[in-house]
Amino acid sequence: MALVLNEEQRLLAETARDFLEKHAPVTALRALRDSRDSNGYSQALWQQMAEMGWASVILPERYGGLEFGFTGLGVLLQESGRTLAASPLFATAVVGASAILLGGTAAQREEYLPPLAAGELTLALALEESQHHRPLHIETQAELKGDSLTLNGEKCFVLDGHSADLLLVVARTAGEPGDRAGLSVVLVPRDRAGVECQRTFMVDSRNAANIRFNNVIVPAAAILGEPGTAGDWLDAVLDRGRVALAAEMLGCAEEVFSRTVAWLKERVQFGVPIGSFQALQHRASRLQAELELARSVVLQALATVDDNPQQLPLIASLAKAQLNELVKLATNEAVQLHGGIGVTDELEIGFFLKRARVTMQILGDTGFHKDRYASIEGY
Amino acid sequence: MEDLDQFREDTRQWLEANCPPSQRQPSTPEEQYWGGRRGEFASADSQLWFERMRERGWTAPEWPTIYGGGGLSPQQGQVLKEEMKRIRARSPLYSLGLWMLGPALLEDGTEEQKQKHLRAIVNGEVRWCQGYSEPGAGSDLASLQTRAEDKGDHFLVNGSKIWTTAADKSDWIFCLVRTDPTVKKQVGISFLLIDMASPGVSTTPIALISGESEFCQTFFDNVTVPKENLVGGLNKGWSVAKALLVHERKLMAEIGSESPRQEVPPVEAARSYLEFVDGRIANSQLRSDLVSFEMRMHAIALTHMRGFEERANGQQSTVGMSMKYLGTEAVKEKSELLLAIMGSRGLGWEAPGFTPEELDTTRLWAGSKAMTIAGGTTEVQLNVIARNILQLPQAPKAATES
Repeated sequence: MALVLNEEQRLLAETARDFLEKHAPVTALRALRDSRDSNGYSQALWQQMAEMGWASVILPERYGGLEFGFTGLGVLLQESGRTLAASPLFATAVVGASAILLGGTAAQREEYLPPLAAGELTLALALEESQHHRPLHIETQAELKGDSLTLNGEKCFVLDGHSADLLLVVARTAGEPGDRAGLSVVLVPRDRAGVECQRTFMVDSRNAANIRFNNVIVPAAAILGEPGTAGDWLDAVLDRGRVALAAEMLGCAEEVFSRTVAWLKERVQFGVPIGSFQALQHRASRLQAELELARSVVLQALATVDDNPQQLPLIASLAKAQLNELVKLATNEAVQLHGGIGVTDELEIGFFLKRARVTMQILGDTGFHKDRYASIEGY
Repeated sequence: MEDLDQFREDTRQWLEANCPPSQRQPSTPEEQYWGGRRGEFASADSQLWFERMRERGWTAPEWPTIYGGGGLSPQQGQVLKEEMKRIRARSPLYSLGLWMLGPALLEDGTEEQKQKHLRAIVNGEVRWCQGYSEPGAGSDLASLQTRAEDKGDHFLVNGSKIWTTAADKSDWIFCLVRTDPTVKKQVGISFLLIDMASPGVSTTPIALISGESEFCQTFFDNVTVPKENLVGGLNKGWSVAKALLVHERKLMAEIGSESPRQEVPPVEAARSYLEFVDGRIANSQLRSDLVSFEMRMHAIALTHMRGFEERANGQQSTVGMSMKYLGTEAVKEKSELLLAIMGSRGLGWEAPGFTPEELDTTRLWAGSKAMTIAGGTTEVQLNVIARNILQLPQAPKAATES
């Protein structure tokens, strides 16, 4: 039964919801934004999350992990989506942990996963080089000279890029932009000489950075796994990220929708609650039906990560594309159905609208994933 | 769980041995067996398949064995469905009695009614049709006017029903009739079973845009109906009908996921009718429409599965309320997509110049327009979601169905 949560997962979701409502409500994100917080998230909050095991949900016990499975991580993301909790959960516990788990050597896993599990190490994947997701179109060069590696190139939209301890830089040790062969992921401490990091203030008030690598020198052993072979496992890491994002987007959509339905019952015009108008009821009902579809897709995608990884590319693209569209619709409808108050900064709906747009671009927009789904299906 | 695995294994073997190969492909409307006094088998295999299934009670797998059913648990019933789907086995008997009236009688019928009607349904002896809508009562079903007057030992029925599917081929009709015109409209309605052979019953087929006329208008002119044919009690018809509507919507939603008719799957159609360049459909708009549709069907299939898992898990499921709307809208979308993919070859009305599949596809496109109207329009479905799931306040004067 992949499409219903088991007792443990339900309990985890409830605990997470209580915790996040108390410690990371939307007001917390607003405070981070208004104070231009230097990290973009609360380190104390991340420590608490790590103590509860959130940094290590998917990690094996031998690295200090909870070994709770990807669906467990997914429910945390979904709950984070409800309160727009800013934390390294996505960049570190989903993408970073998966990269080291799937791409790292045994020694690298031993070195990096235990501190990651303890909340002492944060990661950021430096992948994108243009304004659209193109995971194979990598120009950043990593030149091997003896036992050292020289990095040159420019990355953008690096989530948590200005706060993470360690950057996972997707670079080319061979081949041309567009090639799958010749890609390597290089572990680069953010404070290494030649790493030029520009924090970007994003519409969603969350973390991202543009990062330039100017003759950055690291040991050859900083390559995750074997040089030139990251193309073999990078897709699986990105797909895990896409599925986790889909879970976050589901939480975001569910929350704006429930706030919108509550508003329809509360707001009175012409002497009646506006939710009694059929024109508005039908818009809400359509969204309800779309949400039903999205829940099934997300649950199936989360379960596929652990149970049926060979199906992951198709279902990950399904999930990302469907949730991109849903979260766009749900946030747009939320603003419109709230009327004038919907476009004020005072109302929190705007935060959901803005976060939705960022999540829609991370790891592939709808067009990217529709194209990928069609290609996998042979048309 | 182990028992279920064993059941699956046994079922698989039995189906393998007993389902004739000719019955393992989608059926055209002409090939479906609907039972009844005028029912005919399209082939000897169709008859053999029906008889073998009937002997096991598997025309109604989940009904009690005392009424001729298979006595399976819902889980076993699902396994049987899955195993039949796996070998693409046809339904041995298509029947409104099985899908709609039977479940209602099991819930609300008297023991005599169950004894009299259920076995006749299971055995395919009686074909039923449904008499709900009237010319003046569509989405506002509760305003129906067909009268059943209490004449002491019988009812006297006068009025007319519309959209009575295959009334001209049916033996009996289950009807909503007005038994008390003096009270609030939902309250004065009763659920009545009427033998179509009764004097005063007549039917006229209605020609549709699809070229078909599976729907009729049925007239009742001083028809005498015995009192024992009342289901669920006098003036209690609305609650029987509501329960039955749930069965109907489930059915309509299922049709959305498995079309019994010969329609080419859109991806296959794309391969036949569209130009491919480097393994991709060259027409970017059609490629985009196709993948959007395929993704939506994928999501709908997963949602069907989730609904089942939730129910099997003893959880309350809201999925069912949205499935009629989602499933039937998707059927329409599929037909539009196929037409677009086939271009002018999707626009033929009759031979020559078009293959039978092409002509079927065109007519199914026209027929698909009824999917979001019959069994509760999309708009009524959205009203239901708004009220029952979202619990939005009742519209002051808007059309609602209570």
